[in-house]
Amino acid sequence: MSGESFLFTVFAAATCLSAVAVVFSQTVVRMAFWLIIALGSTSALFFLANADFVGAAQLLIYVGGTLVLLVFGVMLTASGPYLKIATSPGEIVLGGLVGLLFLFVVFASLNGVEWRKPTAHSIEAGSQVVAAGNTLRPLGLSFLGSRPDKDSSTDGNVLTPGYLLPFEIVSVHLLVVLIGAAYLARAKRRAVQPN
Amino acid sequence: MMFAAQSIAEYFQRFGGWQYVIAAIIHAVLLVHVFAVSPFAFIWLERKVSGRIQDRLGPTRVGGLFGWLQSLADGIKLVQKEDLCPPAADGMLFRSAPYIVCVSSFAAFMVLPFSDGWVAVAADCGLFIMLSILSLEVFGIIMAGYSSGSKWSLFGGMREAAQMVSYEIPLAICALVPVIASGSLNLGEIGGMQRGWFTNWFMFHDPFTFIAFFVYFVVATASCKRAPFDLAEAESELVGGFHTEYSGMRWSFFFMGEYASMFAVCGIASILFLGGWNTGLAPIDQALYAARSAGSDGTGGAAAIGYLANVIGAGVFAAKASFGVFVQVWLRWTLPRLRIDQVITTCLKYLVPISCFLFLGAALWPILMVAGTGRSTWNSPIGDRAAEGLQETREGGGDVAAVSASGVDLGMNFPRINEAELEGVVR
Amino acid sequence: MTADLNSYLFVGAVLFVCGVICMATKRNGIGVLMGVELVLNGANVNFVAFSKYTDLGLDGQVISLFVIVLAAAEAAVALAIALNFYNNYLSIDVDRANKLKG
Repeated sequence: MSGESFLFTVFAAATCLSAVAVVFSQTVVRMAFWLIIALGSTSALFFLANADFVGAAQLLIYVGGTLVLLVFGVMLTASGPYLKIATSPGEIVLGGLVGLLFLFVVFASLNGVEWRKPTAHSIEAGSQVVAAGNTLRPLGLSFLGSRPDKDSSTDGNVLTPGYLLPFEIVSVHLLVVLIGAAYLARAKRRAVQPN
Repeated sequence: MMFAAQSIAEYFQRFGGWQYVIAAIIHAVLLVHVFAVSPFAFIWLERKVSGRIQDRLGPTRVGGLFGWLQSLADGIKLVQKEDLCPPAADGMLFRSAPYIVCVSSFAAFMVLPFSDGWVAVAADCGLFIMLSILSLEVFGIIMAGYSSGSKWSLFGGMREAAQMVSYEIPLAICALVPVIASGSLNLGEIGGMQRGWFTNWFMFHDPFTFIAFFVYFVVATASCKRAPFDLAEAESELVGGFHTEYSGMRWSFFFMGEYASMFAVCGIASILFLGGWNTGLAPIDQALYAARSAGSDGTGGAAAIGYLANVIGAGVFAAKASFGVFVQVWLRWTLPRLRIDQVITTCLKYLVPISCFLFLGAALWPILMVAGTGRSTWNSPIGDRAAEGLQETREGGGDVAAVSASGVDLGMNFPRINEAELEGVVR
Repeated sequence: MTADLNSYLFVGAVLFVCGVICMATKRNGIGVLMGVELVLNGANVNFVAFSKYTDLGLDGQVISLFVIVLAAAEAAVALAIALNFYNNYLSIDVDRANKLKG
């Protein structure tokens, strides 16, 4: 077994097991804990797949940002210590069965597909950039609207457009979300306890 | 022979496929030593400095005149303590929280270069990886606060969460200011660009990086939850904050994590702003650099001297980072603690706008310099330094070259791309 | 288990299915949110795997970066909604949100 396969097995197992643990945990903070493990090992899988920048972004934005926000939300909405809103066992069993069935369908269809292998040409042009794991500069260039990896592979006179427009749209979207979330979450009247 | 190898993995070549595993284990063991020894040194430093500031002697008994074994004695004492878990706590989370803190501050050392090429993982986005791993530490603290089942701990955890979420923003923006000047996120490359006189350090690159250094240092102090920003463990209000319920080794893991991450953020500061492993005196730097390059090609004596030059570099780096830690200790025993609302106000109303302004200014500076004086920097152009450093770090690569469009150095550092790729763009 | 395309897709599928079950069975609003995060991560694993093992190349990594950023935005808005819901009902149980039921 090669080193890469060994590391892959370890992190894939950690990802899958903690994802299952998220489903079966009852308190929200434990769910958050298992979610951290799941997302952290996913980022390790990204590092293994030569996507250094995506892995680091996953750690910084997802684990360090989004999940802290979620745990913060848990603390703000808990009416007592270790808030537990239990799902009835029947629902868990039903959910588990449907999930297993769904997983089976997904696997069956995954194995049925013959994925297109990279051609020699595209390996030479595109994947070479990815292979080293140092995708920082190609990624930055593609966000600026230039795609050196694609342009040298098509060897025509057509320049491949990069991701400048989506990048700008996402930036504006983030700003809108920032304002919108601040507006939605501001303190308002509190409902009186019903019953 | 041993010094001649480019990396540890190369030295173990004869083990075939296992060389990377052996190299990884050796890297990890070396880093564990840095991680374990530096807190011991800094805890002793903290005690000594606090003693002197308060007109006391500090530890004097354990281990001779200066009490330098005091931390070890404390450590042994803490190992012997009972490991308590309060009945109100959520056991699993309570027990695992210290490990999250410890692991996340330890893993950050993975991409921190201690000298030229002395780094466990030379990643191209090293700074980004380092900041992202350091940002995980807060999770352990929130977990500890929440799972202790005590209101003091919960308050500490909540404060820490609010503080970290807000201070991460100026921290990242301030770290980006020298990155704009250097055009690289690779910590090794950034360090290599600052060789020569200390005016080449990015701190003196332009007025914005100069201010950014001080803003970064304040924010880094806050992100290590050090006084005057240590609201998460404010003992006058919250008993012990998030670690109120902890005892023994688990308690000490929090502190190992804290001191290690102090060293980590000061290490980032020393590489980004203070020249990293470069001494700042051009003749010495040049001699060390020559010794290193001779060492990396040669064998025997030259290699040993090159190795020695790297040891000196690591010493210089450690001295700069430790000085940063000393200043943090000094601040802790000099300034009174802020209130939590003052801490958040300082960040959101002052530090975030200031760092955004610095970011904008650093981006505009080279353009203004070119418009006013016709050159992009007031000292030697970074493009030249980067090209030199590139030859040094990427020797044998051959296909990588520093590219500046149409031969004009605008002071903006164009990304380095393959010649084949460049042809595609030009066409 | 060797590291090849199908193994990555396998991990992505497990993450996806766990997320879907999480969304369906959890009654805590924030639990539902965590399910969404898992689903998005499953998609991300697939994108990164395709970028390594097929000729999708860099595009896969770019798309997964967009997914991460949009997931952060989604979490912020959803959390704001959850806080609002808590303000109105003093509970985070999504089964209580039945005002629009016919």
